[in-house]
Order: sequence, then C-alpha cells, then structure tokens
Amino acid sequence: MTTRYTKDHEWVRLDGDIATVGITQYAAEQLGDVVYAELPEPGRSFKQGDDMAVVESAKTASDVYAPVSGEIVEVNAEIKNENWQIINDGPEADGWFVKLKLADKTELDALMDEAAYADYVKGL
Amino acid sequence: MTEAGSLKTLPLDALWRARTSKFGDFAGYDMPLQFEGLIPEHNWTRAHAGLFDVSHMGPSFFALPKGHGLEGEAAHGKIAALIERLVPADIQGLKPGQVRYTMITNEEGGVLDDLMIARPAEAGAAGDLYVVVNAGCKHQDWALIEAATTGEADLVRADDRCLLALQGPSAHRVAAEVIDPALAEMNFMTVKRFAAFGRITVTRSGYTGEDGYEILVRAETAKDLAEALLAHPEVKPVGLGARDSLRLEAGLCLYGHDLDPATSPIEADLAWTIQKRRREARDFPGAKRILREYELGPARKRVGIRPNDRAPAREGVEIMKDGKTIGIVTSGGFSPTLNGPISMGYVEAAHAEPGHVVDLMIRGVPRPATVTPLPFVPHRYVRKK
Repeated sequence: MTTRYTKDHEWVRLDGDIATVGITQYAAEQLGDVVYAELPEPGRSFKQGDDMAVVESAKTASDVYAPVSGEIVEVNAEIKNENWQIINDGPEADGWFVKLKLADKTELDALMDEAAYADYVKGL
Repeated sequence: MTEAGSLKTLPLDALWRARTSKFGDFAGYDMPLQFEGLIPEHNWTRAHAGLFDVSHMGPSFFALPKGHGLEGEAAHGKIAALIERLVPADIQGLKPGQVRYTMITNEEGGVLDDLMIARPAEAGAAGDLYVVVNAGCKHQDWALIEAATTGEADLVRADDRCLLALQGPSAHRVAAEVIDPALAEMNFMTVKRFAAFGRITVTRSGYTGEDGYEILVRAETAKDLAEALLAHPEVKPVGLGARDSLRLEAGLCLYGHDLDPATSPIEADLAWTIQKRRREARDFPGAKRILREYELGPARKRVGIRPNDRAPAREGVEIMKDGKTIGIVTSGGFSPTLNGPISMGYVEAAHAEPGHVVDLMIRGVPRPATVTPLPFVPHRYVRKK
C-alpha cells in the first residue's frame, strides 16, 4: 500500500482501486481541536482538486480537496456521528475522512511520497 | 522559522517565543496567537487566569498643556470637553478613577473606533485622560484627536510600553499577591496607578467577560511583571485566538468586524454608552442619525445567533428568512464554554427578537439558527458597593 501526500496536506492511501483519504498529522496539529467536519455523501464524484469536505477548528474552517478523482464509496461513520476527536487522535489512521473509487491511477504520480512530504513540511 | 519581515515585534517577543507560541500578523504586529491551544487557553481563562499581551493596542495620555493652571474638577472638565468633541459618552461626568467605554463616531453616525477613556484617580493628574484605542485604528484615532484639539491639549502615545491583560476569576487574587493587595479592592471600570514594577497604570477591565486587569507597564520592567505573573500557578499565557472566542462569548464587539464606519452605536446595541447629558446636548459627531435611531429604533440590530446544528457560521455568512436576505454574520466561531457554534451579526429589526428562527447560508446550504440574547456567557465583572 502506498501513501501519497498533497501540498494541501491531504493523504491518500491506495488499496486495490480504493483510495482512503484524510488530513495529515501536520494539518491536524496546525488546526488544533476539530469542532466540526462535513463529509460528502457516498455516490458523489469529485475531480482531483475539488472541494470535497470541510474541517473546522476553533480557529478556522479549512476545505479538504479531493487528492485524486473518483466516486465516494464510504465515509468515516465516526466523523459522521460527530466524533471529531478521532481526527485529532489519529488523522492518518482512524481519523480518515472518505474512501474513493479511484478514476485514474496516474493522478497519484503527481503527489508526494512520504519523504518528499516530510521535506515539504520542514520547509513551511 | 519566523519571518517577521516588516512586522513590529512586541517588547516581550522573546518571552512568548520561549513558550512555543504560534505567532501571526495582527494590525502590523507579530502577535502570539496560540500557546497550548485555543480551547484549553480559553477554558483556563474562564476557570483561572489568562495573561494576554495586548501591547499592539494604542494606550495614550491626553492632557492639558503644561502650566494650564487648573485644578480638580475645572481641569477635568476642560480636558473632558475636548475629547467629547469626538465621542458621544459623558466624559465630563467621570469621577476620579472611573473608566468608560465609548466610540469615536463620524458625521454620518458610524463608528471609527471603540475605546476606553479613564479619568486618573490621583489629584496630581487632574487634566489628564488615559485613552486606550484599538491597534488597527490607533494612528487614525490619534490624528483625529490631535486635529480636533490642536493647541488646546497634548496627546502622548504610550504604545512603546507594554499592555498586559490579566483576565479570569483568579485575576484579583493573583494581582493582589504579585503586584499590590490594593488591586483586589478596585472596582470594575476604574483606574489607579501603582508604584510597582516601575510605575504602572492599572484598569480593572478587560475584553473577555471575566473580571480582570489591564496593566500599562514600561517595556524595561514589563518582563519582570510578566514573569512574576506567569510564575503564579493560577496563570497561563493566552494568545489572541482565545481572546477572540472569549470576547465573542461575552458578546463584545470587535472593531472592523462588528463595528465599522457605516454602523451606528444604536445598531450595535451600544445605546447604553451614550449618557443622558450627551443625548440631550446632541453635540457629538453623527448625533443626528444616532439620536434618530435612539428615539425611533434602528433599521437593523446586532444580535446573538446560535446555529441549531454544529456547523459554525463565520464572518460573512448571510442570514436569511423565508428565502430573503435579512442580515449578515460579523463574528462567528466555536464557543468552548457552550461546546457549540455561536455567531454575532446584524439583522433587520423585525427579526431581532430572541427566539426568532432564521437561516444561515453556510456553503450554499441554509441551516436553521435561533436569535439569542447577548452575552452568550454571563459577564462576571466585580462591582463593589
């Protein structure tokens, strides 16, 4: 399983043709305690870079962009049930946002791998 | 890591940086925004005492020229009459040591800034006023005051000093232990000078809804004061982020957001800041509109709004009723005390009654919300007999 990262601090992990998407540890730390999140309905399709979800802390509201194109096949029920804490506790694990059925695998090539993302964050 | 660029840094910059604060630009100053986190800092201030550095603000002294030869009430009456050219509050009526919240208004009855004006308690300072304006407006405000009173009074900026706010239910105990027991005896909205940490000017006031103090201290002794306060187990540093959620819960206006040059004090529900003598004299900038709205009611009013679900409605969100726009959110976010979203905004007067249900247009979707009395969280100011 490969994990890729965007400049907007989303991660995407591929398992077959299903991509799990969330926000990175760095993004979660920058946000602080999440007080609200809005996920898309399953069945909706997004193009790479579209506004897909919203995550809000006391400080600010942030858009979460689709890191790859695809159709939503599942959303994190914990987040849907307003357990926002799960995002802060494990943004790159149990705090995932959605699963997408990937439309175009080659889109992943343009994203950063773990080492490149770590370098990118260091430079911020 | 931090690129200050042309930003001004606070005199206590190093002290805050050592506490791993997040910084950000506010009104041209590189300000501490956050320490351990907005929500814990907010909750700490409501339960104990938070220390805020608000040295970006505009403290100043407005005084009759040296050798004015007046004493007591005569001196105060003269300086107060000068500043009353710009503000609608009764400043002449201030007792020694009293502080008043007011606004600089324009000829159209809008608000150019909100500010605090204090009459010093000390007889030797008769003919002085202590005036604290907002960071983003200070150059404008001081220029306006000087232009309106040229040759009649002197304005001395004090924004090279530090202004520290100690806020919260423990503030009085901390202040008594660290600074002077007499601080605990002060009434809310009063001012006093103390010979401690150099020479400090203390108002019992703040902008969090809590009891507390704002302390003007020279930059050379500010570090000693800040460190002494931070050494107290009841005190933690708090950034501007939590200051915003605290003032929003307290229903207090943030200039440039909830108040602006087109908004009148009456629309802003601040009629209480215009005392009877001034209403009768009708002698302040914008009196015509302001008093018309005072007498007949404004077309729109500032209200509290609680979203019925969990989605915060932030500044700029449209307020709708039956598909028609009736207002706009001017401040909004998350209330740690209420553990839910809160907003403040302006709505047409017909919809301003608490309990009225409106829609908030959040990302294109109308979401029901309820007009709510302000403050969201009761004030806990200390007023003694």
